[in-house]
Amino acid sequence: MPAKVGVIRFPGTNCEFDTVEAINGLGGNGEILWHGDSSIGDVDAVIVPGGFAHGDYLRPGAIARFSKIMDAVIEAANDGMPVVGICNGFQVLTEAGLLPGALQKNAGLKFINAPQTLRVETTNSVFTSAAEVGQELSIPINHFEGNYTCSPDTLSELKANDQIVLTYVGNPNGSVGDIAGVCNEARNVVGLMPHPERASHKLLGSEDGNVLMRSLLASIAVSA
Amino acid sequence: MKFNAVLDIQLHPGIADPQGSTIERALPTLGFEGISKVRSGKSIHLEIEAADYAAAEAQLSDVCDKFLTNPVIEGATINLVEAG
Repeated sequence: MPAKVGVIRFPGTNCEFDTVEAINGLGGNGEILWHGDSSIGDVDAVIVPGGFAHGDYLRPGAIARFSKIMDAVIEAANDGMPVVGICNGFQVLTEAGLLPGALQKNAGLKFINAPQTLRVETTNSVFTSAAEVGQELSIPINHFEGNYTCSPDTLSELKANDQIVLTYVGNPNGSVGDIAGVCNEARNVVGLMPHPERASHKLLGSEDGNVLMRSLLASIAVSA
Repeated sequence: MKFNAVLDIQLHPGIADPQGSTIERALPTLGFEGISKVRSGKSIHLEIEAADYAAAEAQLSDVCDKFLTNPVIEGATINLVEAG
């Protein structure tokens, strides 16, 4: 049985099909989950994809985190299921309290849509286990509110616990510590602003995102 | 009792405010001098029905903590006036 990855669709999500496509291209089985359902069914992992859930009103992720399905996602995450938030999904997971910190407006106040070089900081997470520390990946970013912000205390904890998963080479948005992605202490929840599904085929200009998606599929095989 | 409330939501001191700094940098280019420490936030206006002032304040404080602010980066000041 291929690993089943649930990809949540909120009103305003726009990367769910690209994400499913990227998962399926690597031999996984991507399945769209509806935000209004109270169950995540029999999936082995969950991706909260990019977009503008609920129009990003109030704050990105602030309304989506109260969606019915999020109770099931939080419960599964606390039970150790791999959960990944990409871009808007990262914002949703921070708002839901599954990941530390917050994402605010980019320094420079520009919406940035461009390829970005990233550096893998740890392979001890469900989304980087197949990569190498120090490996550089070219993966696009596409956001206005991707400026990772946390208190100095939280930043020290992230460093001490090896929870910084990906950093930017050439900080595009003002994120503290050049942070592009973090994981929780249990390392099964990962959030990142860059879009690996948009770097999943040579035709898209890069397939560097596949190593991250492969890590997720591998983590399912391990936990199964 | 009915109250009119204005919730003033601001980033915590020390949290970078890209919007505020951009406004601050733009001011001199428009000829406005002597303005500093610009911080931008948002305000939310609403009406609330509650037993008394304290109850209204407590409920709004809860709403701000759980929903209207992200306590990681923001805080809110609650201004309440009894609706006349």
